[in-house]
Amino acid sequence: MRDFATEVVETDVLILGGGMSGCGAAVEAAYWAKPLGLKVTLVDKAAIDRSGPVAMGLSAINTYMGLDGKVTQNPRKPERFAEYVTNDQCGMARQDLVYDVARHVDSSVKHFDKWGLPIWKDESGNYVKSGEWQVMIAGESYKILVAEAAKSALASLGDKGQLMERIMITHLLKDDKDPNRVAGAVGFSVREDKFYVFKAKATLALMGGAVHVFRPRSQGEAFGRSWMPPFVSGSVYALVLQAGGELTQMDNTFVPPRFKDSYGPVGTFFLLFKTPATNGEGGPYIGAYPEELAKWAPYSNAKPCPTPIRNYEMILCQKEGKLPFIMHTEAVVERLKKEITDPKELKKKIKNYESEAWEDFLDMTIAGATNWAAHNIDPLEKPMELQLSDSVFIGSHACSCGSWVAGAADIMPAEYKDSFPAQYNLMTTVKGLFTAGCGVGACAHKFSSGSHVQGRIAGKSVVKFAKDEKAYTPSISDATIAKYKDIIFKPYEVYDTNKDFTTSPDVNPNYISPHNFLFRLQKIMGEYAGGWETLYGTSDKLLEIGLWKLGLLGEDIDKLAANDSHELMRAWESVHRYYVGQACARSRLARKESRWPGYYYKFDYLKLDDSQKHFVNVKFDEATKEWTVLTRPIVNLV
Amino acid sequence: MPSYVMTEKCDGCKGQDKTACMYICPNDLMALDKNRMKGYNREPNYCWECYCCVKICPQQAMDVRGYADFMPLGAASTPLRGSQDIMWTIKFRDGRIKRFKYATRTTPEGSIKPFDGFAEANPADLDNQFLLGEPSIMGMTELLTIKK
Repeated sequence: MRDFATEVVETDVLILGGGMSGCGAAVEAAYWAKPLGLKVTLVDKAAIDRSGPVAMGLSAINTYMGLDGKVTQNPRKPERFAEYVTNDQCGMARQDLVYDVARHVDSSVKHFDKWGLPIWKDESGNYVKSGEWQVMIAGESYKILVAEAAKSALASLGDKGQLMERIMITHLLKDDKDPNRVAGAVGFSVREDKFYVFKAKATLALMGGAVHVFRPRSQGEAFGRSWMPPFVSGSVYALVLQAGGELTQMDNTFVPPRFKDSYGPVGTFFLLFKTPATNGEGGPYIGAYPEELAKWAPYSNAKPCPTPIRNYEMILCQKEGKLPFIMHTEAVVERLKKEITDPKELKKKIKNYESEAWEDFLDMTIAGATNWAAHNIDPLEKPMELQLSDSVFIGSHACSCGSWVAGAADIMPAEYKDSFPAQYNLMTTVKGLFTAGCGVGACAHKFSSGSHVQGRIAGKSVVKFAKDEKAYTPSISDATIAKYKDIIFKPYEVYDTNKDFTTSPDVNPNYISPHNFLFRLQKIMGEYAGGWETLYGTSDKLLEIGLWKLGLLGEDIDKLAANDSHELMRAWESVHRYYVGQACARSRLARKESRWPGYYYKFDYLKLDDSQKHFVNVKFDEATKEWTVLTRPIVNLV
Repeated sequence: MPSYVMTEKCDGCKGQDKTACMYICPNDLMALDKNRMKGYNREPNYCWECYCCVKICPQQAMDVRGYADFMPLGAASTPLRGSQDIMWTIKFRDGRIKRFKYATRTTPEGSIKPFDGFAEANPADLDNQFLLGEPSIMGMTELLTIKK
C-alpha cells in the first residue's frame, strides 16, 4: 500500500490558480487583507513565474480603454466596450460584468507599466494602440512580472501570506452544515506523497479555461501544440459543477483562426500590419458571402463583424473547396515599397516590420517562428497558410463560456439577484465560491489585462466576504476528508491491483490510462459535438449519441489508473475535462439555433433564432448525478 | 522532442533535489534521471514549446526541436535571456541565420513592490468599488458607473 501524509492548511482566503487572474487576486486580496489580519493562501499546479497561458509571454495587451486619453489613437469608454463585446458574441453578454472589467482594466495596465512591463509608447509617452482596444508590448516576461508582484504582495503579509506550488486541486469541499457553501478544497502534491486539505472562509477558483476537451489538429508529437496551452484542464468549470454551481454558455467555444499548424497569432498581422489574407484562388474570403452573412443580421452588419461570423466565412469558403487560406505577409513589403519613395526610410520601415513580425511570434508562439525557419520561409518574401484550429473553452477571449456570477453592487441588474446566495461581486451561485478570468462566463474579451483586473475585483470582493463572515469556521468532518483521500488516490489502487495481470502495463483489461481516457473524450467531442472533424457542425441526433457515449466514459472514471504523481495529475485533469465536455454537449443540445456559426453550428437548426436569445446555463447534482439545463434572461445596460 | 536536454551540457543542477527545468515547466514535463544526473522531457507529446525550460537552464543545456508532426528538421529558435532583454537566434533549415533582440522589462529583477506609493488599505473602503491605486493610477478622479 502506498502511503500519503495528510497536510491540513487553514486559511481565510484560498486562491486556487496563479495565472493572470490568480496573480491579480493575490495582489488585491493581500492589500485588503493586511489591515484585517486575514490570511491569504495561493495554490498553483505549477510555478507561478510561468504558469497559465501567459507562460510563454504575449505581444499585445488586448483590452485597454485609454480613459486618460494618453493613447496614440482610439481612446474608448466602457459603454462602447460593452456594446462591442455584446455584438461580437451575437447579442449575448452580461453587460454588467463586461462594463465592470472595462471601467477598471486601465488600472492593471498602469500597474504593469510601473512594475516594468515594456509597453510601446510614442515620443510623448502615449501608449501605442494598434486597434480599438489593443496596446502593443514587449511581453516575453509579462507573466514573470505579474507573478513577482503577486509574490511580493503575499510576502508583505509575513506568515499570513502563503504560496504553495505544484499542488493539483481535484475537488472543492462543501461545508458539512451548509450544503450550498464551499469551505475549502482538496488535492495532492505532484512532487511528494502528500494529500492536501485546505479549509477556508472563502475560495477563489481561478484555474483558467479548458484545452484538449476537443481533439487538437496534430495528434503525434505535436499533440501539445494546442493554441491555448495543454495544461489548462477545465478545473474551474469542473469544480464549480461538482460544487453544484451554475455555468453559462458552455456551448460557446472559441475557434481561433491562426497560422496553420504552429498556431502563430494573427491579430498583430491584421491590425498593426494590415496584412491581406486570401482564399486558395487568390480572392478574398472576408466579405465574400454577403447573402449568407445577412442571415446573422443585425450582428453581421456591425463593424467589426463578430468573430464567430468572420470564422463562418472561412467555413463557407472551405465548404466551397477554396482552400488553402493564405496570409500574405510578403504583401506588406510590397505595399511599403509603393508607399515610401525614400530608400533609406523604406529600408528602415521594412527592418521594423521584420523585427516586429518575428517578435509577435517569439513573444508568444515560438513554434510559429521555428515553423517559418523550418520551411525556409522568410515572411518578408513568402506567405504562409492560415487555418481554423481546435475548439477551446476560454472565457477571457472572444468566448463566453464560464461560471454564472454576481456582478458589482452598483451595476448588476435586479433581475439577476435571485440567482445568488448573496450580493458579492464575482461570487458564483455557491456561497463562498468566487471566480474570475476564464472562469467567468458571458463576459468575453477580458484577455490578459481584463483577467488580471477581474482577479483583482474578485480579490477585493473575497476579502469583504471573509471579513463579513469572520465568525464562520469551516465544518468539514474527518469522514469527509478520508472519503476524498480515497477518491483522489484511487487511480494508484486500480493500477497496483491490476498491473501484474498483463505482461505490459500499457494494455490491461481492468483499467484505462489517463491519456487513453482523454483520447476517447476528444474523439467523442470532436466527432459528435462539433469539433473540426465535422467542420464544427453538430445536430441533436449527433449530440444525443455523443452524450450516451460520454455517459459510458464517465462510468470508466472509476477505472482510471496511475503509477506516479504525474500520471495522477493527468488522471484528474482528464476527469475535469470530462465534466467540461458534458456541460458543452448538453448546452449545445439545448440551443436550438446556430447563434455563433463559426464556433459551432447545428445542421438541424442552421440559422439565428431570436426565440433562443437567452443564456443557456447548466448545473450538476453530485448526489443524484443529474444534470439540469436552464435559461437565464439577457438584461442589457447599453 | 519537443524540448530536449543535451547530455554533455546538463549537470542535473548539481545534485539538488529539483532541477531548474523541473521547477519551471508549466506542464510538469521535466524529470531528473537520478542515476545519470540528467534532466529529460518525460512526455514530449504534451509539450507546448513554450521555452520556459530553455530560457531558465543555467547550463544552456536545453533547446527545442520543432514538432515532428509538421516541422521539417534543421531549424531552431534559440533564446539568450538576460535581465532586461532577450536575444533570439533563428536558424533556418537552409542555414540562413537571423538575430533579434527584444526588451523584457524596464525595472531591475526582484524590485517590484506593488503597494509602494499607495496608502494602506482602509477596511471601510471594502464597501466601495475602488481597487488598489484607483482612481488616480488610471489618471482619473472618479470611477465610472452606469445605471440601467
